[in-house]
Amino acid sequence: MKQGFLQRHQVLERSPTLLFVFSLLTVSVGGIVEIAPLFYLENTIEEVEGVRPYSPLELAGRDIYIREGCYVCHSQMIRPMRDEVERYGHYSLAAESKYDHPHQWGSKRTGPDLARVGGRYSDAWHVDHLMDPQSVVPESIMPKYAFLADAVIDGERIEDLLRTHRFVGVPYTDEMIAQASADFRVQADPDGDWDGLVERYPGAVVSNFDGQPELTEMDALIAYLQMLGTLVDFSTFTPDPTR
Amino acid sequence: MADENKDIDQVTGTDTTGHEWDGIKELNNPLPRWWLWTFYGTVAWGLAYTIAYPAWPLVNSATQGLLGYSTRAEVAERIAEVDARNAEVSERLAAADLSTLAPDDPAHRFGVAGGASVFLANCSQCHGQGAAGVQAAGYPNLLDDAWLWGGTLEEIEYTVRHGIRNETDPDARWSEMPAFGDILSDEEIGQTVEYVLAISGQEHDAAMAEQGMVWFEEQCSACHGVNGEGDRLQGAPTLNDAIWLYGGDRETLTETVTYSRFGVMPAWGERLDEYEIKAVTLYLHQLGGGE
Repeated sequence: MKQGFLQRHQVLERSPTLLFVFSLLTVSVGGIVEIAPLFYLENTIEEVEGVRPYSPLELAGRDIYIREGCYVCHSQMIRPMRDEVERYGHYSLAAESKYDHPHQWGSKRTGPDLARVGGRYSDAWHVDHLMDPQSVVPESIMPKYAFLADAVIDGERIEDLLRTHRFVGVPYTDEMIAQASADFRVQADPDGDWDGLVERYPGAVVSNFDGQPELTEMDALIAYLQMLGTLVDFSTFTPDPTR
Repeated sequence: MADENKDIDQVTGTDTTGHEWDGIKELNNPLPRWWLWTFYGTVAWGLAYTIAYPAWPLVNSATQGLLGYSTRAEVAERIAEVDARNAEVSERLAAADLSTLAPDDPAHRFGVAGGASVFLANCSQCHGQGAAGVQAAGYPNLLDDAWLWGGTLEEIEYTVRHGIRNETDPDARWSEMPAFGDILSDEEIGQTVEYVLAISGQEHDAAMAEQGMVWFEEQCSACHGVNGEGDRLQGAPTLNDAIWLYGGDRETLTETVTYSRFGVMPAWGERLDEYEIKAVTLYLHQLGGGE
């Protein structure tokens, strides 16, 4: 009997189709056990006050961040360890990147973590630093991104970009999409009428980020950088230890 | 497979699997015992681990593990541990009046040493690792005696806490130089620049500077002082010395006068702990220029 049982695997080994099907079943067990529960377990989905979808200009800046491969050297994930919390601020919460498609957690830090870089430096510093990183941080090995200041953008496809993100689950309202183009421009224009923008995207920073009259990729990228990690008010946040 | 079917290899005396390729048969050696038991051991270890630590997903939550481990609790504990170790001296520093804190006070020593770390993590990106600033971009040198907004402990602490010209702190230090490109003609700006070159002891065109003095007294002296001595209440830099925030050559001065400058420093009061603000204040004050 025992030997008979042990022989049965030969049935699989002698049929490529069966072997393939059963291998697939075996491997998918790992995925099902590790991934599927994350979608329904309550304690893996933490609702945090303050997290909102990206404003159109921030979202465009985020696309530039991804296009330029910033994630290759910069993570956006402060791990729950004392040294990281001391240096970068409160550890990242899953909810803080829930509107990220794809998330920018990263796995390597050649440069520092950027999860809470928002508000840490002035807009002018970001311009100086992106134009020529070594001018402000001589020991930096970051490449120069001066061309961003010359790349004028008009937000032509910004509604489509918002719609795409809505398609994958970001709760952009019809109003947000209708106003996307106006919001896109007004965020870099402190003299404009940006009340609606701030109402739709609480905490959005309005500033002429790059100091130039034109709206450029530099504006968009700095708008994105200046909001990173600023949405959650940690003075009112109580971590649930079971999460 | 019954015993009578066993195919024993003649050379080694070992059973074979029955597989044969061109007369070569595969021996059916058992796995080495040590390997097998190590394998079983890792399986047992893995199972025990999932019982000891958070692992198995259930209906509404996952098992929390018998050891009660939690990453969040651990980091909170580690931070509390270090905070508790420093509590005596950090609380003393947080409550201290910096101007009367003796240099040999443990809180003072703690502040200078800790302030250096605070500076490197938060301030060095603009002011440089050695606090020498970046002149080309207008980030002030913090080592010298020239202070825009004052170099006493109290003034440094205020600047660190509230920052300069930022939108986030209503108490931020604030002043705004007009862009004189809209007010003076290019010729008048040129003359003013010559005057500034003159009072800062640099090579200049005397005739132009004489005319520039008129514009200076009319347009600039309210903030920068009649003799260009500056005014700390408005963060107006001293112009009659050799120390420059953005540069003192003709070209840079013309740019500054034409377009003005608007250096922003974030407010650190919300980001840093009370004792960290005082620590970095003490650190900066003892770098060389403290008043």
